[in-house]
Amino acid sequence: MLVYIARRLGAGIILALLVTFITFMLLSTSFEDVALTILGPAATPEVTAGLMAEKGWDRPAIVQYFDWLAHAVQGDFGESVYTSLPVAPTVMQRLLVTLSVIVPALLLTVVLSTFLGVWSASRGGVVDKISQGISLVGYIVPGLLLAIGLVVIFAVQLKWLPATGFTPISEDPGAWARSITIPVIVLTIGGVANMAAQVRGRMIDELRQDYVRTLRTRGISTTSIVIRHALRNAGSPALTVMSLEFISMFGGALIIENVFALPGYGSFAFNASLQGDIPVIMGIAAFGVLLVTVVNLTTDLANGWLNPKARVH
Amino acid sequence: MSTQDGPLTETMTTPSTELIVAMEDAAAAARTPMWRRLLKDPQFVVTAGILIFIFMLGLLTPLLTQHGPNEADLSMVNAPVGTPGYPLGADETGRDIWTRLLHSINTAAISALIGAGVALVVGVIAGLVGGYFGKVTRAVTEWTFNLVMTFPGILLLIILMRVTGGDYRFTMLIFGVLLSPGIYRIVRNLVVGVKNELYVDAARVSGLGNLRILSRHVLFVVRGPIIIAGAFMAGSAIAVQSGLAFLGVGSIQIPSFGAMISSGFRNLYVAPTQFLWPSLMLGLITASLVLLGNALRDTLEGSKPKPVKVGRGQKVVERAETQQRDSTRLVEISDLGIAYRGPSGRAREVVSGVSLTIDRGQVVGLVGESGSGKTQTAFATLGVLPAEAIITRGSILFDGEELVGRTDKQMRALRGTAIAYIPQEPMSNLDPSYRVGAQLVEGVRAALGVSRKEARARVLALLERCGIADPVRTFDSYPHEISGGMAQRVLIAGAVASRPRLLIADEPSTALDVAVQAEILDLLRDLQAELDMAILLVTHNFGVVADICDRIVVMKKGVIVEAGATLDVFRNPHDDYTKMLLGAILDESTVRTDPAVVAPAEGAVR
Amino acid sequence: MTLLDVSDLRVTFPGRGWRAKPAEVLHGVSLTVDAGETLGLVGESGSGKTTIGRAVLGLVRPSGGEIAFDGEEISSLKPRDRRHLAKDIQVVFQDPYTSLNPSLTVGDILAEPLVVQGATAKDARARVKTLLDQVGLPADAAERLPREFSGGQRQRVAIARALAPSPRLIVCDEPVSALDLSTQERVLDLFIEIQRATGVAYLFVSHDLSVIRHISHRVAVLYRGDLVETGTAAQVTLAPQHAYTQRLLLAAPVADPVAQRERREQRRLALAR
Repeated sequence: MLVYIARRLGAGIILALLVTFITFMLLSTSFEDVALTILGPAATPEVTAGLMAEKGWDRPAIVQYFDWLAHAVQGDFGESVYTSLPVAPTVMQRLLVTLSVIVPALLLTVVLSTFLGVWSASRGGVVDKISQGISLVGYIVPGLLLAIGLVVIFAVQLKWLPATGFTPISEDPGAWARSITIPVIVLTIGGVANMAAQVRGRMIDELRQDYVRTLRTRGISTTSIVIRHALRNAGSPALTVMSLEFISMFGGALIIENVFALPGYGSFAFNASLQGDIPVIMGIAAFGVLLVTVVNLTTDLANGWLNPKARVH
Repeated sequence: MSTQDGPLTETMTTPSTELIVAMEDAAAAARTPMWRRLLKDPQFVVTAGILIFIFMLGLLTPLLTQHGPNEADLSMVNAPVGTPGYPLGADETGRDIWTRLLHSINTAAISALIGAGVALVVGVIAGLVGGYFGKVTRAVTEWTFNLVMTFPGILLLIILMRVTGGDYRFTMLIFGVLLSPGIYRIVRNLVVGVKNELYVDAARVSGLGNLRILSRHVLFVVRGPIIIAGAFMAGSAIAVQSGLAFLGVGSIQIPSFGAMISSGFRNLYVAPTQFLWPSLMLGLITASLVLLGNALRDTLEGSKPKPVKVGRGQKVVERAETQQRDSTRLVEISDLGIAYRGPSGRAREVVSGVSLTIDRGQVVGLVGESGSGKTQTAFATLGVLPAEAIITRGSILFDGEELVGRTDKQMRALRGTAIAYIPQEPMSNLDPSYRVGAQLVEGVRAALGVSRKEARARVLALLERCGIADPVRTFDSYPHEISGGMAQRVLIAGAVASRPRLLIADEPSTALDVAVQAEILDLLRDLQAELDMAILLVTHNFGVVADICDRIVVMKKGVIVEAGATLDVFRNPHDDYTKMLLGAILDESTVRTDPAVVAPAEGAVR
Repeated sequence: MTLLDVSDLRVTFPGRGWRAKPAEVLHGVSLTVDAGETLGLVGESGSGKTTIGRAVLGLVRPSGGEIAFDGEEISSLKPRDRRHLAKDIQVVFQDPYTSLNPSLTVGDILAEPLVVQGATAKDARARVKTLLDQVGLPADAAERLPREFSGGQRQRVAIARALAPSPRLIVCDEPVSALDLSTQERVLDLFIEIQRATGVAYLFVSHDLSVIRHISHRVAVLYRGDLVETGTAAQVTLAPQHAYTQRLLLAAPVADPVAQRERREQRRLALAR
């Protein structure tokens, strides 16, 4: 078991190395542009060269990369070239903001999808039609339009919820909840659209299995069969969907943060990229990969617990 | 015994009765070529039509517009709808919205083409290679695509913004690569599935090379899902490109829905319609692509399986009048009719007026070939027919009580207590996620209501009684850790736990090796004697009938053709069908006497 | 004249899972098939009988031993070099539902082995007609899809496909096990009739002793990867020497209550020993 975890973490580290390396190599072409941006009108060739030497940007790219790596494994991800704030703490803080939107959305998605999926698979009828309708709507309306639409209705017209802005939970839980409500709703609708259909599909397949009929002949109650047996077997692939959903929500969150002016990971990445703040970009890439690795590992372990055949001994 | 071999004209039936109805409909549908079926589907026609119209608009842009997409006329800033020369108005820098809208269509079209195109090409090739060729190749492709899939694409695109220089085409190319793992997975799974099919083996034996096998047998299977995935990916690419443009990634010179929505959003209070047009168009395109994908999926992959409705009772057309019957009989089935509604809607009767009786402690063999309806009759007695089945007429009396028309809850009181069941295929009838013992305990507790400790003790005793050498070990095993024979013993143990009055055994030994078969039959015979249980044994094997049954009932295509004491039917069959079946049993003593053929006979066909 | 000569054949399968041990499925099996005869290969699941057939067909690589066809060593040939064997060695599989490509017409399925060997479309079409006639299917079957036919009819198509290149040996892997009783008998008789007409040899694999008895000249019995008994059909299936074969014989139920009771008694006595 420990070997398995070690192997997965190892794969994650390799991925991180790969991604950061490629990113750095690609970004290294723009050092000069960044220098020019910093200096602005004062940029003469000598001053620019001087700045680059001072920052160490005139060294070969590979050397710079390993230098960065050497510091990174010690926890030092450098400083922003613009604000001089240390990268790691800022990235973490931004990440927490984004997670504070994604995690509730994901939990809501899982709960709603499971409920809808199980209900429509085992009962059919009206609920099935409704659930399929929701899925369809969620697929059809791009998250972007949904976000804007909800803002217009709830924030602008009805003034129930703030249109933009974010209040950290430590400051005021109530305000925090209100500030993330619409973003969470947007992400959840998209997530449920995808996941409910998958759960439904897998439950239908599972309920058609032979063992379901045999359990019925033993006199076991329908609820027990659906939830304890069918759902458990259907659940395993659903977990994989969940980790994919997390990753996809991560991407969706980036756009949402822009609409709602949330100081999150996405907007951070966007600004850094725009400005060419290379240390920040590297930090973002590295943290992103590690986050995804942890999520995948957790899902795999949970999968193993649910499904004995997939267990790694 | 040699029979005359003429062209076969009778319709032999397929293994499961439930499939017959569906397959016959499918056979009729098989003849219609794919495109014709698509054209018959209104959803496909409408969505395809909308998309074609929209993209034609985009192609005809030069003819339909008079301004350039970035041509800003400051005198026209925020011009309202209907201004001459600016049919949909102008945006905050005086650019014509109609023109920009049309150009955005082209941007979207190109995004879709590049994004979906790259994803499909990369994914299909990798999937074919990874799926078809050996383990090492597959491991490499797996690893690569896992890598690609684990990264949030949009984040990567934003990070690489500097490198792509904001060129949306380059961005879409990268996005296509990021999308390809999805296609890769689909194709690889299909290919692996097909690769192991017997007809691919047969092709190899016929001398086909790998390339031909791939193109002839494998690619065909992949075709449908690719088209469907393509539709969804196109929608995805357009949505992502719009999102990125909305964020401001990329050149502002390129008109796109995202850019238009972004400026419209900013101007929401000043001129709300500026936001409306690109949103409507984007929504229309994405919606049509999704609905198109769904329509394609429905047509190309057949109708989706419907919800199962586990807890419903069996559908009955009309309840039989409960007449007072001879209560010495344990089971009395009278004039039972069962029908299925096929995909086309017609109802087909698979059991037509079956009547049979079972006395207490009697073993009745229900014999027939596939499609005879024997299993359907058995399931009806248990009340576990699939939801699509309809009981059209007749009654089933169990110990004098009518079973037809009972709710599932009422039937549940009988199942597992008075009426028990053992299935044909032991492995697929055990829940793979639970230990064997736990499943049996659950059944015992549901039937007898005893404590967990008590149930465990009973189950262990039963396992031992049913011939399992190490009951504790089996109790703690998962289904995939025990053999088929042991699994069948486990199922038998679970069935007899409550000392049922009737045991319905559905071909209990067919899926097992012949030596194990004999042991299972011995076990059943012993249990029957010990518990004085009646058994309804469904089988197609006359040897099994001869071994264990007191009476035989022969079914053919939903009706009973003969019934009687075992010895009588074997020695003196009345019905022609029974005679035919008995005659088709391979002799116990006839051996091949003609010598090996050294040279072909005269007039042979070579 | 010996057509197929299998000597000391060993097959090992890799273990399932990351680092599982490989398992040897055949422990050095030797048998021969003469031209025009049927060798019946009988055994239960896990005996390796299907694996032998697949090794002869080149679908499985042996880990030891040799397979010679008509004097030529074939077990170590690369797939490309095996192609010329396609006209001599053919196969009929057990499952009539998955051994035919569901998206090709019967005509295309039958023409495939011919076209690979270089036949023209016209010749192939004519041969297809002949084949359909030989297996008792109507001529219009060539335009139809497999799913329009029953299990027995599909198996006839599979037989026709095997016959197409006029092979000298056909490996039959449980070809009647998935068929109904009445169809079983008809298809078996078809096999015999074809053998009489064309002189083809069969390596006939089955778990059913009575099927084997009906069609084989000689019989070989496999138990867990070892050959335990061979001989003429009469010897092995009516008066077996080896204890395992005897157990197999006694375990198969007879279709007559009185006879079955006797056999049960015999079995009880044999097991008590």
